[in-house]
Amino acid sequence: MSFVATVKRELLLACRRPAEIINPLFFFVMVVAMFPLGVSPKAELLSVIAPGVIWVAALLAVLLSVEGLFRADHESGALEQLLVAPTNLYLPALAKILAHWLLTGLPLVLVGPLLGYMLHLPVSASSTLLLALLLGTPTLTAIGAIGVSLTVGLRSGGILLALLVLPLYVPVLVFGAGVVSYAANGLPVMGLLAILAALLLASLTLAPAAVAAGLRISSGG
Amino acid sequence: MLSAVWQTLTRWYHQWGSPRYFFQYSGVLLRWLWPLAIVATMTGLVWGLAFAPADYQQGDSYRIIFIHVPAASAALLGYVSMGVAGLVGLVWRMKMADIMIKAIAPFGAILAAVALITGAIWGKPTWGTYWVWDARLTSMLLMLFLYLGVIALINAIPDPRQAGRAASLLSVVGVINVVIVKYSVQWWQSLHQGSTLKVVGETAMPAEMLSPLLISMLGIYLLFACTVLVRARTEIMRRERKSQWLKEALQ
Amino acid sequence: MTDIPVLQTRALRCERDDRELFAGLNWCASAGEIWQIAGPNGAGKTTLIRILAGLHGFYDGSFTWPQWLQSDADPREKLLYLGHKAGLRDELTPLENLQWWLALHAQQADPMAALAQLGLAGYETVPCASLSAGQKRRVALSLLWIVDKPVWLLDEPFTALDADGVTLIEERLRQHAASGGLVIYSSHHRFDDAVRHVRLGGKQVELA
Repeated sequence: MSFVATVKRELLLACRRPAEIINPLFFFVMVVAMFPLGVSPKAELLSVIAPGVIWVAALLAVLLSVEGLFRADHESGALEQLLVAPTNLYLPALAKILAHWLLTGLPLVLVGPLLGYMLHLPVSASSTLLLALLLGTPTLTAIGAIGVSLTVGLRSGGILLALLVLPLYVPVLVFGAGVVSYAANGLPVMGLLAILAALLLASLTLAPAAVAAGLRISSGG
Repeated sequence: MLSAVWQTLTRWYHQWGSPRYFFQYSGVLLRWLWPLAIVATMTGLVWGLAFAPADYQQGDSYRIIFIHVPAASAALLGYVSMGVAGLVGLVWRMKMADIMIKAIAPFGAILAAVALITGAIWGKPTWGTYWVWDARLTSMLLMLFLYLGVIALINAIPDPRQAGRAASLLSVVGVINVVIVKYSVQWWQSLHQGSTLKVVGETAMPAEMLSPLLISMLGIYLLFACTVLVRARTEIMRRERKSQWLKEALQ
Repeated sequence: MTDIPVLQTRALRCERDDRELFAGLNWCASAGEIWQIAGPNGAGKTTLIRILAGLHGFYDGSFTWPQWLQSDADPREKLLYLGHKAGLRDELTPLENLQWWLALHAQQADPMAALAQLGLAGYETVPCASLSAGQKRRVALSLLWIVDKPVWLLDEPFTALDADGVTLIEERLRQHAASGGLVIYSSHHRFDDAVRHVRLGGKQVELA
């Protein structure tokens, strides 16, 4: 019950503030667009760096958007209501992570192949890019949520969150970008996608518990 | 027999888990540990740097491993022990556990940095450049980042008890991640072959090189233990400065 | 049954930023009582309420809820806590905010009647952003009519309320105590001679 109610509430909140959904997407597209300008417009060069560029941009977009996961709830006092409620925090935490990914992560996944095309990534790799982003971005949101739960209410929010979370993002980055490079070179991708799926399952099962613990710690418990 | 061992272990756990007991006996322990640590480190380093035979391929430049390898392995060990302490702190709410994390983090980060710097210095004669994105160096760089994250978190939270608990959780998450990071970096390396040179191969190290290496490793571990104990004692003094037992212990 | 206190603290002590907020708090509160937690600003009123609500864990000494010690029930089942921030998301309407709380507390109730009672009829579906501070406080306090919990922990419940609102809440607190509930609230406002108090901020905690 607390799960459904929380998902519903998060979706409702996002409808009232659509900028929260759109802004990370714009950020993602803009960061990717900086690379041809900064590096070179040559197709052969761009197609090589495309997987990494798209993944780094996606990672930063998730990181920046997930920072606000608990901010408004903390400032308004709604987070305290969540913490005193006689419900296990695991489900509401999972609900917040999933709803947040649906609203901010999924749009990135859908735009990913388009950006891949603009960076001259072989078209044959775009379905793998889509799948890899689909499996990888929820993991990024879940891991990011752990960092947010520990830094909620701290003044040094954003940069601190990046310091905590970016090293934890390395496996997703490596396998996510790696699988796209594999696909671009015509190599088999199933094994790597399976690894990304395993990371996703592990993070979705463990992260809500860590987020729950983190929220209690941040409240002073 | 087994239950007796278990009982002893749980007794130690409860004794060393109490700041007061820890403070008293770590003082005694340090009196022995410091000389031992210094002697072992000096022996290992002097033997390794001055007396061990030169490598037939790399000449004298390989000698930096007598610092590099101990520092790298101690940094890893330190991070894993932070994770274990974090778990103990979170599950059993043991006060000493988060004090230990706070004690380990800075020296662990320094060791990771030392491992990186010595690795870079070693890289110049062997690879011809100070930095190569080699699997080991990259892992160590990420290890340094993980340490810096814990330190940054501790510094950002004003209440020391809350900072300790937050750092506990982050260390546990970090340790789970370290395994995956290590694996992913190795895979990443195999993906981008080319720049690496296998320097320390699988060939067995001769005993006259291995013994000083092991001794200096032991020395660095002991030095690490000493600094951790000293830092933990300082933190106990800070937290318990109003306690009667501390005033009595310091007199 | 009534002899057993609802809340019992033993040598409760809390310090923050190297400053002792309170110490040696031995306090028994029973059903049917109203307790005011008083004291100057920064004396630890909010911290004490947060400790009792289970939000703040850094304290020495202990506190228990003796009546529920036997059952394994989570003490949070018995508590209604309202913090000094109203806890409402500005983007949501009063109704939506309350529905989420009710779902978290696993309670079925209709908030409409309570909102009407607090003079919020017609505001149920207006986003909270367009309500005044007093109205937001009223929305939060409407839980006192909706949720059925024996112990109320209220941090500064009278903030931003007008005279009517204060009377309304006072009346509700008396009702709850009379029907065997326990009210603990922090405020400078002592509305009844029967209200007992815990005074923080002095050399010693004062109970009366």
